Amino acid sequence: MENFIRKNLIVIFLVILASVVLFLPIYYVNLFGKYFVFAIIAVGIDIIWGYTGILSLGQGVFFSLGAYCMAMYLKLQTGALPDFMVWSGFKSVPYFLSLFANAWFAIPMAIILPMLLAVIISVPIFRSNIKGVYFSILTEALALVFSLVFIAQQSYTGGSSGITDFQSLFGYSLGSSDTIRGLFLITAAVLIGIYLLIEWMLSSQLGKILVAIRDGENRLKFLGYDTIRYKVFIFTLSAGIMGLAGALFVPQIGIVSPATFGIFFSIEMVIWVAVGGRGTLIGAIIGAIVVSGIKTFSSGIFPEGWLYILGGLFILVTIVFPGGIMGIWKRYKVFEQVNLDKKFLKDLNEEK
Amino acid sequence: MTLDTFLSLTTNGLSVSSILLLVGLGLSVTFGIMGVINFAIGGFIMIGGYMVYVVQGIIFAHYAGNDSFAIFLLALPFAFFAAGFIGFILEKSLIRFLYAKPYESMLATWGVSLIFQQLARNVFGSNNVVVNTPVMLSGGLHVIGGFQIPYNRLFILSLSIVAIVGVYCYLYRTNSGRKIRAVMQNRNMSACLGIPTGRIDSFTFAFGSGLAGIAGCALSLLGPIGPSMGEHYIVDAFMVVVLGGVGSLAGTIGGSLVIGMLSPYLEFITTSSMGRALVFIFVIILLQWKPEGLFVLRNRALD
Repeated sequence: MENFIRKNLIVIFLVILASVVLFLPIYYVNLFGKYFVFAIIAVGIDIIWGYTGILSLGQGVFFSLGAYCMAMYLKLQTGALPDFMVWSGFKSVPYFLSLFANAWFAIPMAIILPMLLAVIISVPIFRSNIKGVYFSILTEALALVFSLVFIAQQSYTGGSSGITDFQSLFGYSLGSSDTIRGLFLITAAVLIGIYLLIEWMLSSQLGKILVAIRDGENRLKFLGYDTIRYKVFIFTLSAGIMGLAGALFVPQIGIVSPATFGIFFSIEMVIWVAVGGRGTLIGAIIGAIVVSGIKTFSSGIFPEGWLYILGGLFILVTIVFPGGIMGIWKRYKVFEQVNLDKKFLKDLNEEK
Repeated sequence: MTLDTFLSLTTNGLSVSSILLLVGLGLSVTFGIMGVINFAIGGFIMIGGYMVYVVQGIIFAHYAGNDSFAIFLLALPFAFFAAGFIGFILEKSLIRFLYAKPYESMLATWGVSLIFQQLARNVFGSNNVVVNTPVMLSGGLHVIGGFQIPYNRLFILSLSIVAIVGVYCYLYRTNSGRKIRAVMQNRNMSACLGIPTGRIDSFTFAFGSGLAGIAGCALSLLGPIGPSMGEHYIVDAFMVVVLGGVGSLAGTIGGSLVIGMLSPYLEFITTSSMGRALVFIFVIILLQWKPEGLFVLRNRALD
């Protein structure tokens, strides 16, 4: 029993947190819905960075693709021509976008499109043995390119102001507090589901191979493993999680804009994982919630200070606390153990 | 495409390449020598730009006519030393903890650049400021027909040529330059032979930051100066390093020429955002052919 609790501590914590939040005023429900989406993102980043050692600075691209798919559905479902298309002189919705009016197409696409893009991008990069920071820089460039393209294709994407003003989802009004609570519950369920799935995946042989890629890819290659295939797989899985998070994000926030594509957001995601502690799923989830909480809090009282705090966090977590929150926790546990050992030795000496 | 547009695209490309070269040189050497990815380079570009603004402002307060070329030339060493000095402090206080930790250095220097940006917003305001282009640089050199090469772009080009010749002479013709190359090739061996690697590191980092400051001065001739002016160039500058190969002077020149020259042509043929996307795709294709960059230092290590 104790083992079960320890193993699922974060799940229990999330369930309790979600049920407490559910009874708070609607503003906080919405806020925590956002935090939980960020936690899903953090899990998606942790599996590639924390476990496999691939740092992507362009995960915002996959998140935004999912978000745009969802936004397109929310906008087109009414059948009316969106205002940005009216302005650019369209008589009707272009065919490939009109498919997004169907939820059964749009919502799966929110996950499939990012995964497709991830395969297209990662296969040539990993095959030519580009890794480490080179990969990070290329993904960062990808983020820049995508944000520019989405801003430029104003007639399809709404340009720099993005897509907003959504009315309803599956017939439920997005303004009503019941819908917001429902969306929050779905987000919490998805977060817990993804956590359990990933936890199961990482405890299997696959998880060991991923960690081995992080710690010594060449050795693994010499042992006959095709590391490229594993890297492409995990990167694609991460992209799918990002897309799902994006699809959950849009109905709760009510807007999608190219800002989420940008480099800034993509790197901010990485710091959530770093603050929580990379290589631990629990750390990633806690980090995302804590950092976003600090952001909300500090922009409420001291808006100009947020960039100082964020910048400071980047420096602090890389130099002073490389293990993040989980690292501090582990260090504390080690000290506890050392103290116990000392006590044991002392007792032993006294007995003599 | 007429001859005029072709020539003007070429001069634009050359000046963009020059700026990328100035920024990329510092990045490439810093990464080659200490394994540090410096995302704060955008901040140093910005410092250089604001130094031109400050120097013009101070001199204008005392002497009329702040558009003289001499004042701009005076701002260059100011920008170089201001950016270099801040780079030196940054290296001493932060970067030296991050040697051979590229991921960590990437995140930490990104944090530094966020702080730089916010500082600039608090000191100079969040709006862009405008630097007066010296009158001497406002015209253009007549070449053929109606086409003229703008003097400011010509000046940027010559600035970077002077810088690259200077860096080459320094790295390959002087004693301390040889030490830098030695540390880049084999840090432990150099340390054994009595080269003060720590001092070399701080100096190189400061020098690279100074070059970025010069790039900031050059940028002030092309557009306004703002807190996030450097951010537009970071990604391209790093692409130069990835494409060219780390720690190689020839690679940085080659990479900056490829990226700087391709963008204006592709942007002219398609649209500005599509042009950027095509450049990105082109770089990925080039890396299929030469995964370690166009010019790579010979090395037998597996990783």
